[in-house]
Amino acid sequence: MTGTLPIAGAARVWVAIVLIGIATYGFRLSFIHLFGRIDEVPDRITRPLRYVPPAVLAALVLPDLVTLRPSVAATLLDERLIAGAVAGAVAWRTERVFATIVAGMATLWLFRFVVFA
Amino acid sequence: MDGDTTDGGFADDDGTIPDDDRTDSDLLAGVRDVLPLMLGIVPFALVAGIAAVDAGLGLAEAVGMSVIVFAGASQLAALELLGSNAPLAVVIGTAAVINLRMVMYSASIAPYFADYGRRLRAGLAYVLTDQAYALSVAEFDKNSDRSRWRYYVGVAASLWVVWQIGTVVGVVIGTGVPDSWGLTFAVPLVFLALLVPAMKDRPTTAAGVAAGAVAIVAVGLPLNLGLLVGAITGIVVGLVVEVVVE
Repeated sequence: MTGTLPIAGAARVWVAIVLIGIATYGFRLSFIHLFGRIDEVPDRITRPLRYVPPAVLAALVLPDLVTLRPSVAATLLDERLIAGAVAGAVAWRTERVFATIVAGMATLWLFRFVVFA
Repeated sequence: MDGDTTDGGFADDDGTIPDDDRTDSDLLAGVRDVLPLMLGIVPFALVAGIAAVDAGLGLAEAVGMSVIVFAGASQLAALELLGSNAPLAVVIGTAAVINLRMVMYSASIAPYFADYGRRLRAGLAYVLTDQAYALSVAEFDKNSDRSRWRYYVGVAASLWVVWQIGTVVGVVIGTGVPDSWGLTFAVPLVFLALLVPAMKDRPTTAAGVAAGAVAIVAVGLPLNLGLLVGAITGIVVGLVVEVVVE
C-alpha cells in the first residue's frame, strides 16, 4: 500500500492521470459543447446518471468501513465501522464534510488508542 | 466590449467578449457565495494530498493529478487503486465511472452557456464541478441579470485555487504524520458526507445500499474490480426500483 513506486510505476501514474483527465474533461465538455446542435438531452442518458453518485459513493465508502470476518461480532466490533456509523449519523444530521471528518476521526482514535488499546 | 480586458483569454470565437457582462461584482458574488463551501473543500483537498503520498506519489504527481483531473472523488479512488497496484484499465475505468455524473451537470448547465463562444465554453467546462454546478444553476434561476460566466468563474476558479493549495498542503502533512494515526481514514469519511445527502429518495437509497453491499462482498475480486461492479450494480438497482415505485 505505502512506499515508493518502482520506476515503471512513475510512468504508470502519469498515464493514469492524463487518461483520467482526458475522459473527465470529455464528460464536462460533452453537452456544453454540443448544445445548439441537439435541443434536449435524451431521457435515456439522464435517467441512469441520477444513480451514479449514490452508487459510486457507496461502493467507495463501504469496503473501507466493513471487512467481512468469520463471526458477526468480529465484523461489527471494528473501529472503522463504529467510526463510520458515528460519522454517518453526523453527516445525516449536519450534511457537512468538516463535521463528518472530525466526528469520524475522533471516534476512530478513541477506539484505536483508548477502548481497543 | 467597453475595453474590458479581464476575460482571461476566454474571448469569443470572433474575438469579442460575451456581452452579458456588466461588472466585476458578478465575479465577486460567485467568490462570496462559494466561501462557506470551503469548509468542506479544504479538508477534502488535504485528504487528496495525503492519499497521494500514501499511494506513493510525489508532489509533482499529486499536483499534476489535481490540475489535470480536478475531480476529488475520482482522484481518491484512482489513488487507492494505484496504491494497491490495480491494472491501469481498472484505475481509469473506475475513475471514469465516478466522473460520469459530469455529463449530467454538463447537460444541465449547457443551456445557460449556449450563447457563449466555443473557446469560452471550453474553458468553463474545465472547471465544472459538483459545487460550481449546484451554486451556479441555483443563482442563474434566481437572478437572471447576472453575467452568468462571470459568476460561474467566481465560484469555479475559487474552488480550483483552493483545491490546488490544499493538495500541496496535504502532501506536506501526509509526509509528516505517522501511519498509525490512520489519516487516510478521512477518505471514506469525505465520501460518506457526500453519500448521505445523495440518498434522497427510495431509488437513490436502493442504489446506494445495493452498491455498498456488493462492493463489500466483491472486495476480493481480481483486478480490484469490486468498486466498479458494485457501482454498476447500484445504478441498475436504482433504475429498477424507480420503475417499480412508479
